[in-house]
Amino acid sequence: MAEEDGVRRRDFINIAAVSAAGVAGVGVVIPLVSQMSASADVLAASSSEVDISAIKPGQAIKAVFRKQPVFVRNLTPKEIAEANAVPLSSLRDPQTLQERTKEGKENWLITMGVCTHLGCVPLGAGEGENRGEFGGYFCPCHGSVYDTAARIRKGPAPKNLEVPEYEFTSDTVVKIG
Amino acid sequence: MSFPWAKQYTPSHPFMKWMDEKLPVPRLIYNAVGSGYEVPRNLNYFWNFGFLAGLCLVLQIVTGIVMAMHYAANTGVAFDTIEMTVRDVNWGWLFRYAHANGASAFFVVIYIHIFRGFYYGSYKAPREMVWLLGVVIFLLMMATAFMGYVLPWGQMSFWGAKVITGLFSAIPLVGEPLQQWLLGGFAPDNAALNRFFSLHYLLPFVILGVVILHIWALHIPGSSNPTGVEVKSESDTVPFYPYYIAKDGWAIGVFAILFAAAVFFFPNALGHPDNYIPANPMSTPAHIVPEWYFWPFYAILRSFTQDFFFIPAKLMGVLAMFGAILVWFFLPWLDKSPVRSGSYRPMYKKFFWFGLIPAMAVLFYCGGAPAVEPYVMISQIAAFYYFAHFLIVLPVVSAIEKPLPLPYSITEAVLGKDEGAELAPAA
Repeated sequence: MAEEDGVRRRDFINIAAVSAAGVAGVGVVIPLVSQMSASADVLAASSSEVDISAIKPGQAIKAVFRKQPVFVRNLTPKEIAEANAVPLSSLRDPQTLQERTKEGKENWLITMGVCTHLGCVPLGAGEGENRGEFGGYFCPCHGSVYDTAARIRKGPAPKNLEVPEYEFTSDTVVKIG
Repeated sequence: MSFPWAKQYTPSHPFMKWMDEKLPVPRLIYNAVGSGYEVPRNLNYFWNFGFLAGLCLVLQIVTGIVMAMHYAANTGVAFDTIEMTVRDVNWGWLFRYAHANGASAFFVVIYIHIFRGFYYGSYKAPREMVWLLGVVIFLLMMATAFMGYVLPWGQMSFWGAKVITGLFSAIPLVGEPLQQWLLGGFAPDNAALNRFFSLHYLLPFVILGVVILHIWALHIPGSSNPTGVEVKSESDTVPFYPYYIAKDGWAIGVFAILFAAAVFFFPNALGHPDNYIPANPMSTPAHIVPEWYFWPFYAILRSFTQDFFFIPAKLMGVLAMFGAILVWFFLPWLDKSPVRSGSYRPMYKKFFWFGLIPAMAVLFYCGGAPAVEPYVMISQIAAFYYFAHFLIVLPVVSAIEKPLPLPYSITEAVLGKDEGAELAPAA
């Protein structure tokens, strides 16, 4: 190879070797990083079926989905009216109750029982627990208050309680996930 | 570096001479913590805490290795293996409580060590690198302590893990995937427990490595001292061995008495009773608090309750909490005063004793209190001063303050006169 070409044989070997080492380095990092993500068995355990036949209006239960609590609440007509009376513009994370429930099943409010602030389990699903000043859920960790549609109304949490993907497989059974 | 008058290592035994040629470890030790390291003669007791911190690290590594021999990182049995270590393993209670209280002791020592640095300006040139490495060690310590606290898999372990990894979910866009990646799932579970154990075993040795760099960087200019005046002559220093080895030995004695009192008589005083309830992902304890050594930073996290323009309150709190430590990295350049020691800085001294220390004390208290008024507002005020101290007070004070006259040398500060000063041209 002629000198005036600018690229000498050794330059080529050098660049090729460093490039190959770089690619190999990335190839090693990908599995090292990826192994820390949720494994197949964790991802596989990602749907649960819940029997809702025993939940009377005004009651709620804690179900388990992805090893986290899910609140299944049977809203009373009064709670539905309260949720619908709130102007959307006053909400931090504006959503109507209709958007957070299934059509024709607006009394069934199904949300994750995981505060959107730092992940504590809010109170309010259990009998006699503090439901906060908006009658929904209250997180004791840092004082977030949710309303009857489990929307954030006060405190540090940025979002409404998450509504997981779910469907009614019958009138009394909900499949979450 | 060593001063020209420092003693030279001269092995006399043939084996030590042979060793010195092949692998001069004895020479290294002699020059690092032996007669070859010359240290200012006027160090006060606050200078014992570096050595004590090193002792704490060794204590934690030794007791931790023992704990790992009896522990199993599996959500089904982790809680029980700790309890069986305490009840059934020979001397298991001693190792368990020494390790748990050792973490607290380590943080007590390190906070005093850090605030010694604040007061005496230890972070200033030429010791900026010593300071920066020290902040790195502190961050590593916090990560290690947090992961260690998760391992017993009690209620506070679980919810601590959930809340702390929840901090990462505040980061826009990548937050939630990042949290799931850190945990290896949607909530803390076996995957998280296992990796925390792995890293909790690894990080102390990373800390050990950075400690070696910290000491290496320190030994280039040599130790600072309470006057902040640099060493000028042989009369300013004494060799580390025997003088400071003896003084550090005395400090170990005091430390050991206090530590033994805690381990033997109040082993759970600094723990939380809820952590004796096995982890329950379905129920959050009414009052979640981290370990006491995180309280000031936890108080700063919780003091952001309002959205700040387009930044949500949650993200602001997280940024402020990390910022509260990251600001220490800029300390050597925020404080521009040429005078190191707070003893010769009348204004700085006032802001230290009546500003930084009370603000930190208030944050400590509020971080352990429930997140209700008046604690939220009090911690907001204290957090404001905390940041103002570093970002406003230090630069302004160092610009307008008139320092007191410094002694000519360490010797003059100690003896009242220094013959070298009389020969030196008037400054």
